[in-house]
Parts: sequence; C-alpha cells; structure tokens
Amino acid sequence: MTHPSDTGPAPVLALKGISKSFGAVRALRDVSLELFPGEVHALAGENGAGKSTLIKTLAGVHRPDAGQVLLDGEPVVFHGPGDARDAGIAVIYQEPTLFPDLSIAENIFMGRRPRRALRRIDHKATHDATAALMRRLGVELDPDRPARGLSIADQQIVEIAKALSFDARVLIMDEPTAALTNSEVARLFGVVRALRDQGAAVLFISHRLEEIFEICRRVTTLRDGAWIASEPLDGMTEDDLVRRMVGRDLAELYPKQDVTPGEVALSVRRLTREGVFTDVSFDVRRGEIVGLAGLVGAGRTEVARAVFGVDRWDAGEVEVDGRKLTNGAPSTAMAAGLALVPEDRRAQGLVMDMSIERNIGLTGLGTTVKAGLMDRGAERSRSLDWAVKLRVKYARIADTVNTLSGGNQQKVVLAKWLATGPKVLIVDEPTRGIDVGTKAEVHRLLSQLAADGVAVLMISSDLPEILGMADRVLVMHEGRLTAEIPRTDATEETVMAAATGRVA
Amino acid sequence: MPDSLTRAVRWDTVVGALLVVVLLLSFTTVDGFGNALNLSFLIGNTLPIALIALPMTLLVVSGEIDLSVASTAGLSGAVMGALWNQGMAIETIIPLCLLLGVVCGLVNGLLVTRLGLPSLAVTIGTLAAYRGIAQIVLGSDAVTDFPSAYLDFAAGRIGDTFLPYAFLPFLVLLAIAVVALHATPFGRSLFAIGAGEEAARFAGIRVKRQKLILFTVTGLMSALTGVFWALHYASARYDNATGLELSVVAAVLLGGIDFDGGKGTLGGAVAGVFLLGALQNVMSLKDVSAQSQIVVTGVLLVLSVLGPRVARQIAVARAGRKAATAPDAKTPAPTS
Repeated sequence: MTHPSDTGPAPVLALKGISKSFGAVRALRDVSLELFPGEVHALAGENGAGKSTLIKTLAGVHRPDAGQVLLDGEPVVFHGPGDARDAGIAVIYQEPTLFPDLSIAENIFMGRRPRRALRRIDHKATHDATAALMRRLGVELDPDRPARGLSIADQQIVEIAKALSFDARVLIMDEPTAALTNSEVARLFGVVRALRDQGAAVLFISHRLEEIFEICRRVTTLRDGAWIASEPLDGMTEDDLVRRMVGRDLAELYPKQDVTPGEVALSVRRLTREGVFTDVSFDVRRGEIVGLAGLVGAGRTEVARAVFGVDRWDAGEVEVDGRKLTNGAPSTAMAAGLALVPEDRRAQGLVMDMSIERNIGLTGLGTTVKAGLMDRGAERSRSLDWAVKLRVKYARIADTVNTLSGGNQQKVVLAKWLATGPKVLIVDEPTRGIDVGTKAEVHRLLSQLAADGVAVLMISSDLPEILGMADRVLVMHEGRLTAEIPRTDATEETVMAAATGRVA
Repeated sequence: MPDSLTRAVRWDTVVGALLVVVLLLSFTTVDGFGNALNLSFLIGNTLPIALIALPMTLLVVSGEIDLSVASTAGLSGAVMGALWNQGMAIETIIPLCLLLGVVCGLVNGLLVTRLGLPSLAVTIGTLAAYRGIAQIVLGSDAVTDFPSAYLDFAAGRIGDTFLPYAFLPFLVLLAIAVVALHATPFGRSLFAIGAGEEAARFAGIRVKRQKLILFTVTGLMSALTGVFWALHYASARYDNATGLELSVVAAVLLGGIDFDGGKGTLGGAVAGVFLLGALQNVMSLKDVSAQSQIVVTGVLLVLSVLGPRVARQIAVARAGRKAATAPDAKTPAPTS
C-alpha cells in the first residue's frame, strides 16, 4: 500500500478498506489495493481467500459493504458491470465467451459496429479498427476469421482487443494462463507487456508462482478475506510468497519418498490409435511414480484414455497386474485394478449436481450392494471414510460437489478412485487450477500411495511437478514416446528438448 | 438426502398435494365423479399412460426420451388384430406382440446408442414409421371379437370396488420400477448418466448398454400397453393410442422428472400421471371436448417443464441464503 510517490503517477484505480459479507461470511475484510498505470500487479491467495470477490467488486458485480473504490483518486460507485466498463475497467476470464459464428471483428464490435449512411453496417471500418487493435497488441489474427475454432489463447487475445476497444485502462486477468501451453503463455505475456508499456494497469491472477515472478512488479496477497501485504516482488522468493498465502511454512511441495520399484503393474505394448498416437510402449512398476510429460496435444491424455478404455485403440495391448484389458471397456479396466483421475474434473471427474457421497459412490456401484440392491449404509460409510481420509473440506457429505472449491473437488475425484483400491493409478493434470496448499497435499498423497505399492502414472504440464515427483519421466512428442529419462538426469532442459522434438 | 433429491421431493410433494386437492374438489363439486364405476373408468383410462410412464421416467432420468411409444402401442394392437383375424390363438399372439415391442425398442436404442443420434429425432421418426406400419398391417379394419375372458379382465373391476383388475399387475410393475430406479446400482447409474454422461462413462458405467436396455424395456411396455388398450376398449385399430405420447411425457414432466435428466422420482411421476388422468376424467364429465382436453394437456406439459424449474430456483435461492448465513461456509459460490 505504501507505494513511494516518486516512482510514478497516481494510482488509476484503488480500493480503500473494502469489506464485503455474504450473510455471516466475511468474504473481504478491510482490503486495500492500488493499481498504477504501466504496472502489472499480482493478486495472490489460496482458493477461497477472496480473490474472486475482490475482482467482482472491481468489475462492478458486487457492491462493497464498506470502503471506497477510487478512480483517478475520486470515489466512485459502480451500480453494475456496465459502469465499471464505462470507467475503463475490463475483466478477462479464464474461459472467454465469444459468439462462435461471428467473426473476430464482429465479436469485438458486437452491438456497436461502425455505421455508414442509412444505418448500414460499415464492414470495412470494423475490419480496419480490428486490424489496428491487433497491431497494437502485436499479434496476427485475421479480423474476418470466425471465432469458432480459435484456441483459448486466441480467444483471450480477442477479449483483450475488445477491452482495448472500450479504451480500458485497467485490465483484470483472472487466471488467464490456466488452460494455455507454454508458448501461448509467452505470447500472452508479450501482449500484456505491450499493454503495460502503453500505460495500462494490469491486475494478474495465477496459481503458477513462476508466472507471477516473471511478469509482475508488485503483489498483493489475501488470506481468508484479509489483506496480508502489498509489496514489490523484487527480492522475494517463491517460498516467501507461499508463506504469505498460507500463513505458515509450507511442508515441502514435492515430498517424494524413495521407493524400490517392484513388479510391473501396468504394461503398455505398441499401443496405437490412428492419427492420435503411435506405437507407445512402457511399463510402470509397483511403487513407482512415472511422469508423462509433453506439450499439450502430444497425445498424453489420449494414451491415458485409451489405456483406461474410454477410447478404443487400433493396435497394441495393455496389461494391468498381468491381466489383459479389453479394448474400450472401462469397467474391465477397473476390475483389473486400474483407476484414472481424468484431466477435466468438472466434466469427466465428477457429476457436478450430485452429492459428494454419491460421486464417491459411483465407483462402488458394484461393491456397495446387498442382494442386488444398493446398500446405502455401506455406500455412505465408504464415501465418508475416503472423504475424511483425504481431508475434503465440506459442510455435509450430502452437499453437491459444485459447492466445493476446485481443490476439494479434486480431492473428491481422488477419493472416488482410491476407494476402489487401485493397483495402478493414472492421474492426468492432478493439480491443475488448485491452490498451493492442496497441491502439496495431493503430492504427499501420491508419494504415500507409491510407497504403499501402487503404480502411479502422472501426466502433467507442470514441469517442476514432474521433476519433483517422478522416478522416471516419459516424454511424448507428436503422438510418439520420444524419451525415457531417469530421475537423476531429468531437468527442464532434457525434458523440454524431448517434448519439442529436439533429440533428448 | 442429497440436495438434488430433496428439491425433487419438494416438487413431488407439490404434485401429490395437487392430486389430493383435485380429487377432493372433484368429489365434492363434480356430479358423478365419486361413484365407484366412474373411479374405475378413471383408473382404467389412465392405466395406458401409467404403464408407459414407468419406463419413460427411467428414460428421461437418463437424459433420453422416446416419442414412439404410442405408435409402438398402436402397432402392437394392429398386429394383434391382424393375427387374430388369421385365426391364431390369443395365447400365441400376445407374446408375439410383446416381442415386436422389444424389436421396436431395440431399433430406437440401437439408432441412439450405436449411431449417436439424438433420441428426440430418432423417435419422432419411428413415431411416424411404426404408425405407418400399423396401418399397412391392419388397414382401416377394427377387430373387436377377442375372447371375452380377456376383454372382461381388461375392462372389468374387482366386484363393486373402484379398482380395475388390471390395476393389480400395474402395482407389481410399479414396485419393480421403483426398486429398479431408486434402490439398485442400475438406477443409481441412470441418475449419473442423466446428470453427467461423460463423468458416468469415466466412472466405468456402461452408458450405451444401460440406454439400450431402457429403450428395449420401453418398447416392451409400449407393446403391452397396446395389447391392454385393444382389450380394454375391445377394439384393435391402427390408430389406437394416437397422441398418447403427449400425455405420457406431460405426466412424467409434471411429476418433476427433469427434462435435462438426472433428477426426479417415480413417486412424482405416478402422481403426475394420475393428476393428469383425474383432470381428463373431470373434463369428460363436464363435457369438455376431446380437442379442448388436448389443449389442456399441452398447457400442462409446458407448465410442468416450467414448474420444477421455478421451484428449484426458489430452493437454490433459499439454500444460497442459508449457506451465506452458515458460519462454516467460506464463500457462497465456487471461487477461482
């Protein structure tokens, strides 16, 4: 908060002593924040710390119970998102919502397209204005291209261009990088730097600490709705930041235990799915954590899906604990002792409208049964048991899972699969989008499972996670397994070299 | 109980209460409603809707629908009449008709699960096709001379009570459906499929197989209804049960089964069926024309899609307020 006044101009947007309650829950308590033009400012905090409420207050969605929003030093009251937008505040969400059948230019100028005489839409002016915006952002996107088929990264660029077209001076980016590949993140950061240099103030939210350190100058940390600190990132370490966020020293983020690998538990031989992946062979032994790295689209998730049986394979075979799996049959894979924690927990991992109890119960439909009927007592105790073991934070076991935070949802997915007592556990992006405290818990759990003799295959785009947790790293590139790197030789350089097709 | 269920139960209660109110009002204000004979007519005329509503409820819970049920019933009745005219024994004809229903259901199910077509489109197609085949099979004949023992069973009532004979087998089928939906792993998997098909697949549930089973059973029950219809009204015609799918779908949705799948109870569906049946009976007693009755059914259909949604939104708003005042809840909505 104590920004030295000699380093730059006055803050374009500031929050002073903001409090906001929902009923008895105090989502924000006396929070202050200053955003300066030409600066990228990080907002850090665990899930539930109040980041979303803060963003929604800035965007005019919520009105604070106490405190002031200052625009150019003058107090303002936003009666809705429209007011905030007119004041030059734009929010870029993790998953943009464009009209797929309209062109990029039409999306940007939706509802306010330049007109010619007789109120006819001026297509050329729309096109030119969009092209100018793209030049300002330093990206090449054809204004006439339909939004359908744009990558999430490109869609975000379009949203940013739209914000610019409203003369936004403050850009709030809510976890924009969560679904991006490394190269897309680099390009997004190029755009953010260009905006910064043109004098915009950017508020940047990300769970990836290294990104915060890369692009931001200062950071404001929230914990349990309270303001903890606003300070320059210069001279801080990731550990310092984590300590601010969780309020205590974090036990090691990658608590890998040393385990002597046992028998082969998962054996994949020459597995091929035409046009997706080719000739993939590998083993995972009991007690091992094997990392599966590669760029998004390299075929890692697709291999996992085929092994588990939700997709069919065209050639090859898979054995779990010596039993050959049937092609395209998840139920037989489960019976053999295979579990898959899928990539998309909201669509694939959980039935969002179902209770915690029944979501965990879904993998036990074959076991919590008495005389052909559901044994509700057994189902409940099985679900409770695992929810408690994994320390899921919930009010009632009968609450629907969509009331839980992302980290707790992921724990429910893990609970659901660990309850089957798997011999082989495949986890696909197990810590994506969850806060750093829960992330450490998930890692400790995976490490413990391996120590107990489970074979773990971990797909992750988070390189430090792969390097920190895996005994061996398999790397895929364009549908093929290109390298197998033992823990001792695995570095960012060796893994990235194999993942990008430069020889390992 | 999970929220999804308590909310649905609340709507069940609404429909159940509505049924009681309509019955009480009818008893006291509608001449000729309360006597045993009329009540037996009411139940007998509602049984075709009720029979098909049982599998339809399971189907809608799993996120699918079958609009060809009335045509399957008509086809089954027409084949029954044609074979009877050929001189085949009724004991042979009825199993053949049921088998035909299984085939009709299988065709629907295979088109939906193997080709991945939307069931709404597939069964509108077979709605037309099965009815067309019925007309080819029987033409414009009406077959009425079925054995009197069968006719008496399908149209008669137990002594002087208001209960038709056919109500008893229905109760058995109802019990089976209730257990299947609410007390077996199969039923549990249907709720999961309806609320999140992909997540169900990733949990090892054999989604396509379950759906195929449901379509097949729906075909079977529709054919059974067709046989019952022909005997109950002592008339096998190609256009038997025309438009019955509208009543079935209206009744099921009225009973709180969510059109999007994943929510509802059989108790609600059955209450919806008999609410609709009671209204139709009262309208007949009041000499409301058949056309006007269809209008009422259509309006009910729209209201029944709307009603549970409004009820749920109220419940969510109330739950939201409760969550916001609960001391241990952190934020009212999932956060980033």
